[in-house]
Amino acid sequence: MRIRLSDLKAGETAVIEEIELPEAERQLLIRFGFFDGAEVRCSRRAPLGDPIVYSLDATEVALRTETACRIFASPVDKKTCEQTG
Amino acid sequence: MNQLLQTAPSLVARSQQQIRTVALIGPPNSGKTTLFNRLTNLRQKVGNYPGITVEQHTGIMVLPGQEITIVDLPGVYSLNPYSEDERVAVNVLNGKMDGVPRPEAVLLVLDATNLTRHLSLAAPVIALGLPTLALLNMGDLLAKRGGSIDAVKLAGDLGIPVAIVSATMGTGLDAVGRFLQQADSPAHTTLPILQDVRECRRWAARVASESDYRPPLSPAWSRRLDDILLHKVWGPLVFMIVVGAVFQTVFGLGQPLSNALQDLLTEMAQKAAPFIANGFLRSLLLDGIWKGVASVLVFLPQILVLFLFIGLLEDSGYLARAALIADRTMSFVGLNGKAFIPLLSAYACAVPAIMASRTIENKRDRLATILIAPFMTCSARLPIYTLLIAAFIPERPVVGPFLGSRALAMLLLYVLGFAAAIGTAKMLKSSVLKSTPSPFVLELPEYRWPTLRSVGLRLMDRGRVFVQQAGTVILVVSLVVWGLTNLPLHQGHPPALEDSVVAHLGHFIEPAIRPLGFNWKIGVGLLTSIVAREVIVGTLGTLYGRDPQTQSVSLQTALQHELTFPGAMALLVFFAFAMQCTSTLAVVRRETNSWKWPIIQFVYMTGLAFLAAWIVNHIFSVWH
Repeated sequence: MRIRLSDLKAGETAVIEEIELPEAERQLLIRFGFFDGAEVRCSRRAPLGDPIVYSLDATEVALRTETACRIFASPVDKKTCEQTG
Repeated sequence: MNQLLQTAPSLVARSQQQIRTVALIGPPNSGKTTLFNRLTNLRQKVGNYPGITVEQHTGIMVLPGQEITIVDLPGVYSLNPYSEDERVAVNVLNGKMDGVPRPEAVLLVLDATNLTRHLSLAAPVIALGLPTLALLNMGDLLAKRGGSIDAVKLAGDLGIPVAIVSATMGTGLDAVGRFLQQADSPAHTTLPILQDVRECRRWAARVASESDYRPPLSPAWSRRLDDILLHKVWGPLVFMIVVGAVFQTVFGLGQPLSNALQDLLTEMAQKAAPFIANGFLRSLLLDGIWKGVASVLVFLPQILVLFLFIGLLEDSGYLARAALIADRTMSFVGLNGKAFIPLLSAYACAVPAIMASRTIENKRDRLATILIAPFMTCSARLPIYTLLIAAFIPERPVVGPFLGSRALAMLLLYVLGFAAAIGTAKMLKSSVLKSTPSPFVLELPEYRWPTLRSVGLRLMDRGRVFVQQAGTVILVVSLVVWGLTNLPLHQGHPPALEDSVVAHLGHFIEPAIRPLGFNWKIGVGLLTSIVAREVIVGTLGTLYGRDPQTQSVSLQTALQHELTFPGAMALLVFFAFAMQCTSTLAVVRRETNSWKWPIIQFVYMTGLAFLAAWIVNHIFSVWH
């Protein structure tokens, strides 16, 4: 199943499959860890609903919905082995 | 754990040359600046690289018997020249940057608590072939939070020495001195294809796991703090309290401090006056040079107060959260959340606000913020607003007892400035500053206690940059305006203002400003207030022979005779839009590192002010 990263709910994890953005924007995202094969967890949404905070490589990075909806991913069921704090 | 680990000597080609220049490189948030401050003990210089907005920081590190120049490169994640910062880093490392000698060694700073990600910068740096020391910073945090790394294995894998350090605590740093006195080129090692960022990251992940890297657990309290500070209800509430506190302090503390400093400097001039022979020299020294110096120094309290807050917010990690909360709202005008605090500060003064825009990494958003900040109603506009409103707008209740006509007029002027800012931002973002869209990516660092040392250093750094680099321009313009108001000399004495060069200029421009409803005296006020907006009140006072401080009422009466009501309204609108502030122009030049943007900004704002004042004068003339 392929979803948009922006559809991920808080606490859910997905593996990035494809980023449909121009090269320059993709290069910027790669630097923060968004590239195909990377595992991304949605941590929370900003109080006004946008941007969305993702957790990857033990860091938290926020993207706007307009960017996150161009990133496609397949969800991973990780709720059972979720680690916190 | 804090030891320098050498790679096998057989693999190493001894570099014979002595090291004089070393580059400090690392990703953003790796604690690079703190380390730079530690190593140089504050013997630093700040400038700009020629032609671009990237700041150049160099410092001196003292070792027994020699001094080494450290070039602090901008924070980068890779050496692929996509951004201006990365191009600077690559050019400096390759010795292709004018005025910077090619570094003979590299200090690579990586965040030990975030090593998997930060290690990908190691590949392109090692590939340069320069002697490199990897400094795993925040080693104390790594250990404290239950993480670990085998530095010996990592050094073996990378082919370069590795030291675990803590820049905040100052531990492990003797490794740097030892490395610089006996630096070796990297040992042979396999590196990924550097152009492929994904490949670099996979390599980094593999190296990290081979070195038994165990990332630290993110502290539960940091997460829990975010549950509150980014909560749907509490988040915006705390945000408003914090923002209100910043605004209140810059206004309520910075402003009075600036005024007190101004009074003090004026008093010093008055005390000194009797010791200098009355005449041209006294006027030059006290009204020209001393006033010029004072007009630079009075900005310092506001700059320092604002940067105290920015320092606390940024170092604690809250600034990123504030940007996250403000982003949704700011995106409506085409800006991002990081522009919120600078723009808010511009209500007190555009000068510290423009300096604070440095926290916006996106160059285009930063430029847009710099260009619109002077439209915000700063405190220097208030004297002329108050004077004109009191003189021309009779006090009448508008909304019952809550809002009078004078308060409404003031409110409308604030709205006008804000609307001009938003309109300009929209226009800029859909035209000049559009070409390459870059997504808004915001890293949320973990919460940390800000240290006194790092906040204090930032204050010193910004204060110095302002005085040295904007101060000269402000001083020169102040002196020129002083010259225009005090020449030509009459028997060795400055002329009355009516006979000065600036008065002639006022007469000269009168035909151009008459359509706005202004006479030549207002014209003189507009010319002298190019130094700073509030100067017009003093100039008008002198021209009408009234002391604005003691005889404010009579200055109002004089203005009522000189200006028509439409002309007064036009003058208010003119001041809402016009760029009557040398200090702002000087700071914009310094922050954009060229005269291009301050000139465009000056022409645009003054043009808009002219047009708007003309329209207002005509509308009110018909209506009246």
